[in-house]
Amino acid sequence: MLERRQVLIPLVVLAMLIVVNMVKGLDYFSVDIVNGALYGNIPNILFGASELVIISIGMTLVTSASGGQDISVGMSATIASAAFIQVLANIGNQSVLGVFVSFLACCAVGALLGLFNGTLVAVFRIQPMVATLILFTAGRSIAFLIDGKVSPNLRNPITAQLGGVIPGVPIQTPIILTALVICIVALVFKFTNLKLYTQSVGINEKAAKLNGIDPVKIKILAFVILGICCAIAGFISVCKNGRHDSVNLLKLIEMDAILAVAIGGNALSGGKFNMAGAIIGAFTIEILNRTLLRYGVSPDAIKAVKAIFIIFLMAASSPVVVNQFNKLKERVSRKFIQAPERTCGPNMEGQ
Amino acid sequence: MQDGIALEMKGISKSFPGVLALNNVDFTLRAGEVHALMGENGAGKSTLIKVLTGVYEKDAGQVSVGGKTVNFKSPQEAQAGGVGTVYQEITLCPNITVAENLFIGRARDPFVKWGDMNKRAHDILDSLGIPAVPRQQLSSCSLAVQQMIAIARAMDMESSILILDEPTSSLDEGEVRKLFALMNDLKGRGVGIIFVTHFIDQVYEVSDRITVLRGGELVGEYVASEMPQLELVSKMMGKDLDDIDKIKDMQVAREETGEYIYEARGLSSDAGVRPFDFHIRKGEVNGFTGLLGSGRSESIRAIFAADRVTGGTVKIKGKKLRIDKPIKAMKSGIGYLPEDRKADGIIADLSVRDNIILALQVMKGFFRPFSNAEAQAFAEEYIGALNIKTASSNTPIKSLSGGNQQKVILARWLLTHPDYLILDEPTRGIDIGTKVEIQKLVLKLASEGMSVTFISSEVEEMLRTCSRLIVMKDRRIVGELRGDELTQNHVMQTIAKGVSADA
Repeated sequence: MLERRQVLIPLVVLAMLIVVNMVKGLDYFSVDIVNGALYGNIPNILFGASELVIISIGMTLVTSASGGQDISVGMSATIASAAFIQVLANIGNQSVLGVFVSFLACCAVGALLGLFNGTLVAVFRIQPMVATLILFTAGRSIAFLIDGKVSPNLRNPITAQLGGVIPGVPIQTPIILTALVICIVALVFKFTNLKLYTQSVGINEKAAKLNGIDPVKIKILAFVILGICCAIAGFISVCKNGRHDSVNLLKLIEMDAILAVAIGGNALSGGKFNMAGAIIGAFTIEILNRTLLRYGVSPDAIKAVKAIFIIFLMAASSPVVVNQFNKLKERVSRKFIQAPERTCGPNMEGQ
Repeated sequence: MQDGIALEMKGISKSFPGVLALNNVDFTLRAGEVHALMGENGAGKSTLIKVLTGVYEKDAGQVSVGGKTVNFKSPQEAQAGGVGTVYQEITLCPNITVAENLFIGRARDPFVKWGDMNKRAHDILDSLGIPAVPRQQLSSCSLAVQQMIAIARAMDMESSILILDEPTSSLDEGEVRKLFALMNDLKGRGVGIIFVTHFIDQVYEVSDRITVLRGGELVGEYVASEMPQLELVSKMMGKDLDDIDKIKDMQVAREETGEYIYEARGLSSDAGVRPFDFHIRKGEVNGFTGLLGSGRSESIRAIFAADRVTGGTVKIKGKKLRIDKPIKAMKSGIGYLPEDRKADGIIADLSVRDNIILALQVMKGFFRPFSNAEAQAFAEEYIGALNIKTASSNTPIKSLSGGNQQKVILARWLLTHPDYLILDEPTRGIDIGTKVEIQKLVLKLASEGMSVTFISSEVEEMLRTCSRLIVMKDRRIVGELRGDELTQNHVMQTIAKGVSADA
């Protein structure tokens, strides 16, 4: 019941945004086929949101387990994708295998960065935001050094297809990759206890420990998973852009990712989480950005308008408003329907 | 005793989705009396208190304080209207001074006059006879003194009505005395005190009247001195209760011949227990007793490796094993229900089902989750077997009453089918009906061959259930009682005689 309500708010917002867009023009859902692939508003949103969605997934896990956020996700993505480009350049071949090996290296670097953050948080018990401040500060410089102090271009037909369209496939590849990540996460949740363990550690670390869970391992695992998510996002981003710009790659994505987690109805203090909510939250942010652009809000003003929107969204989902709403609902239903008196007592069923 | 009515609640009703928590309840508090509010968990005591203090909005009924009808919308309003509340958990700030705690959040002007404040604080502490100094850090006071300061804070806001919600649950005997003295003092000044507690003995010690609630309804209001204890219990439970006496009959004198399930030599942990030897046989129920801080909880935590084990050897069924993590203890067949249910036991936001399967799931492994159907079956089995009152297995455990939460944790460990179950204070803070159920269950499990260590701060409970009592003092074992020695007197004597290592 709780979970359904959690997803309800982002879904309603999503629907509202779509309505607002349709007011502007009914062509919102129109889809064109260009060179055998689908383009249009919806595909563009899915395409544009892919990095944010993937990072939000990892951010949700870290938030749940550690009760804090990783603010170095953009930097992790930048470093990992720098490693990707270097490995690919050094292998020097443009085969699928070469790209794949480089991608694995990219993920390994992401995992290492996650291990670093996770160790600081779980073993040395540093506040997540403070611990990740280290990479936040140094990350882009490190990536710049890996790049060899330039912004290398990626002239590779395979990565161009991975960041664009594979001939014969009607859907842009980043959308497919995102869907793939979501599927993998869903499978991991189904076939492991990741969700149960993470939530247990996040809600009550001491109790989790007394039930045989190692909170240190779970927290580190969450950060490592986030690191890999960042690496994948960084990989998608360089494939899309065809070059590695260590200054601007996924700039400010950390704030959007945290926001996506929050819009999804997840407490930033950790504990119980809802992955679907965070994913919907990420798409909501992307749609919001595009809606504002569509309405001609100048790019400079977008952030301000977005901030106002977010204030309303957060206020609407805050417990204060939700409680008031529930009370109102109760009062209305009592007025119109004379509720039958129920038998009293704490035993509701199952006697 | 004065006759003025301090508080009158009439026809109070309050419902939550699916439950009618209070049904047409009346409650009257006279000035200058201590009035105990009693009932089992889920009887509606805390709902009534929360309706009074404005935490909940009542559906029907009328509340009047000092003859005037009131409708508090928040605890702050209630406080301003003369209704002060002191909660079970101390809600003061430990890292600031006593005086600051007394006056925090109450300044009318933006500048603090430290001198005045400390002087006023001194006067208040003095007048109530609280042994604390205004400039002292709150955390340096004992729990009882902190509790008294919380009361002083509530009183200084000129309350005519004081609500004490389970004020004694974390205090030891001497501290309880001091608190009662303060309550009597306040009573003499004409304050009406509502006293919510689970300890029946304490009710009789300080209360003038008792109001009993059951299942959200008023059972009645009684004068304490005219109400026999046993009758009070049966009013709370709604049935005549000989059950407690039956427990004794269930206990079979066990021959001490069974195989050793668990054996430790020189076990110690970083929680500060002195190395101790301990064993338990198959089907035995034993217990650790001792005053608060004697190290009884620390000892059994060492058995489960809940703290870091620093030394000693352990044999499980005669086989030498190293148990340095809870998971290893669990895999060797040990279950542990911790003392502090809220802090160490429940995963508050997770469902009853997840809370039940947790330990077994962790033993099964990270990569082998139970299917929903399996988990559901486990949960339903134990919800039925232990008669856990919950709306469904999907309900978050935090919305259950204390006794039912405890049963869920018990279910969690029973599900792992341990050979040896450690229960630390399984009956604390829960209603008497559930207490009896848990004690019976312990004896039943033992008769089926499970070994149980049962700890309770109520010695009678242990005398009823344990066949061997280990007495602790100053973090070391000072004696072992069995058979005829299992009397309260013997326990006291053993503690008194026990050689203190620090002496």
